[in-house]
Amino acid sequence: MEKKLIGKRIMRNEDPRLLTGQAQFVDDVNLPGMLHAAFLRSEYAHARLVRLDVSKARQHPGVVAVFTAEDMGKDWFPGPPLVSPPPTVEDVVFHSRRQVPLVKDKIRHAGEAVAVVIAENRYIAEDAAELIEAEYESLPVIMNIEKALEADSPLVHDDLDSNLAAQLSQKKGDYEVARKAADVVIRRRILIERGAAAAMENRGVVAQWDAKGQALTVWDTTQAPIPIRNGLASRLGLSESQVRVIAPYIGGGFGPKIMMFYPEEMLIPWLAMKLNRPVKWIEDRRENFYATTQERGQVHDVEIALTRDGKVLGLKDDFLHDTGAYDPYGLTIPINTQCHAMGGYDIKNFTSEFKVVFTNKIIVTPVRGAGRPQGIFVIERMMDAAAKELGIDPVELRKRNLIQPDAFPYEHGIIDQAFAPLILDSGNYPAVLQKTLDAIGYEKFIKDEQPRLRKEGKHVGIAVAPFIETTGIGPYEGARVTVEASGKVNVATGIGTQGQGHFTSFAQIVAEQVGVKVTDVRIVTGDTAEFHWGTGTFASRGAVVAGSAMHAASSMVRKKIFTLASKILETPEEELELEDGVVRIADMPQRSISLGELALLANPLRGAVEPGTEPGLESTAYYGPRYGPTAFGAHAMILEIDPDTMMVKIRRYVVTEDCGTVLNPLILEGQVHGGVSMGIGNSFYEQLHYDENGQLLNASFADYLLVGATEMPHIEVHHVETLSPLNELGAKGAGEAGAIPVPALFAQAVENALHDQSVEVMEMPLSPNRLFELAKS
Amino acid sequence: MESTTQNLFELAVTINGTRYERKVEPRMLLSDFLRHELDLTGTHVGCEHGVCGACSVLMDGRPVRSCLMFAVQVNGHEIVTVEGLGTIDNLHPVQKSFQEAHGLQCGFCTPGILTTVVAFLETNPNPSDEEIREALSGNLCRCTGYQHIVDAVRLAAEKMKEK
Repeated sequence: MEKKLIGKRIMRNEDPRLLTGQAQFVDDVNLPGMLHAAFLRSEYAHARLVRLDVSKARQHPGVVAVFTAEDMGKDWFPGPPLVSPPPTVEDVVFHSRRQVPLVKDKIRHAGEAVAVVIAENRYIAEDAAELIEAEYESLPVIMNIEKALEADSPLVHDDLDSNLAAQLSQKKGDYEVARKAADVVIRRRILIERGAAAAMENRGVVAQWDAKGQALTVWDTTQAPIPIRNGLASRLGLSESQVRVIAPYIGGGFGPKIMMFYPEEMLIPWLAMKLNRPVKWIEDRRENFYATTQERGQVHDVEIALTRDGKVLGLKDDFLHDTGAYDPYGLTIPINTQCHAMGGYDIKNFTSEFKVVFTNKIIVTPVRGAGRPQGIFVIERMMDAAAKELGIDPVELRKRNLIQPDAFPYEHGIIDQAFAPLILDSGNYPAVLQKTLDAIGYEKFIKDEQPRLRKEGKHVGIAVAPFIETTGIGPYEGARVTVEASGKVNVATGIGTQGQGHFTSFAQIVAEQVGVKVTDVRIVTGDTAEFHWGTGTFASRGAVVAGSAMHAASSMVRKKIFTLASKILETPEEELELEDGVVRIADMPQRSISLGELALLANPLRGAVEPGTEPGLESTAYYGPRYGPTAFGAHAMILEIDPDTMMVKIRRYVVTEDCGTVLNPLILEGQVHGGVSMGIGNSFYEQLHYDENGQLLNASFADYLLVGATEMPHIEVHHVETLSPLNELGAKGAGEAGAIPVPALFAQAVENALHDQSVEVMEMPLSPNRLFELAKS
Repeated sequence: MESTTQNLFELAVTINGTRYERKVEPRMLLSDFLRHELDLTGTHVGCEHGVCGACSVLMDGRPVRSCLMFAVQVNGHEIVTVEGLGTIDNLHPVQKSFQEAHGLQCGFCTPGILTTVVAFLETNPNPSDEEIREALSGNLCRCTGYQHIVDAVRLAAEKMKEK
C-alpha cells in the first residue's frame, strides 16, 4: 500500500483546543464541593520525627481535616515496587525500599511529606499547615555516594547493613584477555550529575469518590494511568472497574510523571473516600524541586583497551549510581547506562558492575534519556581520550569502530532495562555519521576555518558525537479502532499523551488503513474507562508500541470494511477501492457505500450476527515485542567560548536522526529540538546545588537555569530512514534522542575550543565557574 | 471560593470584553482569580514566582505576569487572556501560525507565549529572528526548544502584514 499519510508533515489535530485555552489540564478540573490539600514537608534531609501536633491546624477556620501517618491507621503502607530486578542475571543484590504516604518515624529526604491539611481553599490550607508543630531530631546527612558506602557511614535505611541498595554485573566476552592483548589501556574517572525534568506543568491529583455509585474518579498528571488505576484499586480495596484514572492534557512528562505512587498519588484518592468530598492537590514549583523525582549522579571508573591503530578491544565500566532515599524504580537507569556504554561501536569484550546507593535526596527515576546519556558520555569521552593518546583523528577513530551495516542484528549478549537481550536490530551507522559530518562541514572547518579563527584569537571548537538509543520496549500496548455511524473513526489506547502529538501521528496511522481524513480520527489516550490494558508512555515507545497496535487494529478494520462492502455491493473485494470514507467499485465508481452506512449495517437492530464474527466495524489489537528497535543518530556542534567569562555561544548545531519510518516529520523535529534543549541544559545551565545538609539551594527557576530562546541555537535536522524489521511500521522511537548525546558533544566541543589550555572534561554538567577552575588546574 | 474573613475588596474588571464584579480577598493572586473564580483556565501557572511566563496575560495591552499580581491590582483595568484572542472556529492569525508551524507540543506554556507575542507584534510588526528570540526570552518552554515557536512568530508577522 502506498503511504499517503504516514511520513507527511500534517498539522496537529489537538492544536486548536490547546491554542484557545480550551484543553483541560488537571488543575482545570473544578468539582462541586471540592476541597484543597496542602502538605507540611520536612525541611530536614535526615531526621527522626519526634513530635507532631496538628491540633492548632485542625482548629483553623476553613480547615476540614488534617491527617498524619498515625491517622491513616492500617491504610498506611508504602508504595509498591515498580520494576523488580532482572530475573535472568546472576548474583543481583537488590534491597527494595519504597516511599510512604506520610512520614511515620524517619525523614529520608528534604521535602518528604509529614502531614496533609484539607481545607476549603489552598490559601487556607497553606495557612493552617504553618500552624502544625513538628519536632525533629536531626541526623547526619548522607549526600555523597562514595562516602555513603564507607564502613562508618550513617544509614538511610536502618534495617540494612549499609547504604548499598543494589548491585549488578554484566559481562560480554572476556575483558581481561582483551586488556592483555591491547597496545594501549586508558583509565578515567567520570562524574556525571543530571538534573530536574522541570516540565512546565507541576504534578497534581484530583480525586472524587461517588459513595452512592461506589465509583472513584481520579485526574492525575501521570504518564501511566492504567497501572495507577490498578494500584489504587488494590490499595483501596476496590475492583479495578470501580476506579477511573484520567490523564487529561498533560503539560510535559519527561519521565518523573511515570514514577508511580508518589505519596500524594497514594494519599489524595484515599482522602477523597475518607472525607466523601472531592479533593484536589496541585504541586507548586518549589515542591516540584523537592518532591518530584529527578535523575542524579553517577561516578564511573572506566577503562578502554585498544590496538595501536585504534580498534577498541574491550571496555570496563564500574560505577556507582545515586538512587536517592528510596528505590521503587529498580535498576532501569543503571542498566540503561550499561547498555549504552558501548555506544554504536563493535566492542566484543565488556564488563560492567554497578552499585546503587541510597542518599538523603529525592528519589531518582528516569528523566529524558534515563541513564542513556551517562553511558554515551562515558564511551564518547573515552574515545576522545583514546584519540588524543593514539594521535588519531577523533572522527576517524569512531569510523574504525562503528558497527557496520552488514552486522545487524547485532547481539551484545547483555540484557536491557526490559530484561530483554540487548540486540541492535538494524542501522546504517556510517551513513548517518557521514551525513552529519557533511552537514556541519567537518573537514573544511578543521582544515580552513578553525585555524583562521584561532589566528584571530577566537576559541571556537567543533564536536561530533554518534549515539544509539534503545527504544520501543515491551511489555505491550493495545488499541481499539471503531468506525462510527457518522463515518468518523474513534480510537482508544491505554497510554497517555504529554505533548508528543499522539492525537495526530496515531490518527495518521489509522487513517492510512481505514481510508478517512486524519481530522476524522478521534484518538482517546490516558483514560482507563476507554481502554483497560497497557503500561504507559515512557522509554521512547509510544509510536512504536501503541502505534503498532493501532496499525494492527486498523488493518483488521480495513479487512472487515472490505468483507462487508463486498457482500453489500455484491462485488469481489479485489474490485473495490476505499478512499475518503467511501468504498467504491473501481470500474463503476457511482456504485459506492460510505463507511458510516457500512458501520450501521454492521450493527443491525434486526437479523443476526454470523457466528464467529463480531458486530460493528471494530477491532482491538495488542503489540508486545520481545525486544525493541535501536535508533541511531549523530549530533555535531560548533561552539565558541569567551575564555575571560567562560560563557558559550553555539554557532551551529546539526542532527542526523535515524529512527526508521518517520510518522510525521514536523512532530519528530519538534521532539528532537526539545530533546536537544534539555541536553544543552544538562550540559551547561542546569545544576542542582545541594549543600551538605541536603538542602537544595536553587529550588526555583530564578536559580535553576532552564534554557531560553536566546540560548538555543538553530538546529538543522536531517534524516536517514533505516527501517526496523521488528514492526510493520518499520518505526523506532525518538522521544529521548535529542537529549542523549549532548553532554558528550559539549565536553568534546569545549576541549576543542580551549585547545591552548589543555582542558580535559570528564564531568557533567559544566558551567562558567567550573570551566574556569578546569582551565586553571 | 469561600472566604473566612470579611476583609473583602469589591473588584470590577473587564476581561476579554466582559465586565466582572466580584468580592475578593486582597491576597488572591490574579492567576487564581482568573482560573478558579472565573473558570478561565486557559492561563496556566508554571512557577508562581514570575520566571516562566506561562501565566502572562495582557493588562491594558501590555503583558504582565498574573502570578505576580493580586486580583485587586487590576481593578478598573482591561485584561485580555488567551480565551480572548480567538476561538476554535475563528483562530487569531497568531494562533493559526502556531498550528501551522508546530509551535507547541504540550501546550502548557503556550497561552502565556501567545499573549506575549500578540503584544510584541503590535510594537514590532517586522521583527528579525534575533528580535523574536529576545521577545521570547521571558517565556520558558520545555518541549519545543523554541525553534518552531520562532518560525510561528515569523509566520504570524507575515500573516498580519497581509491583513
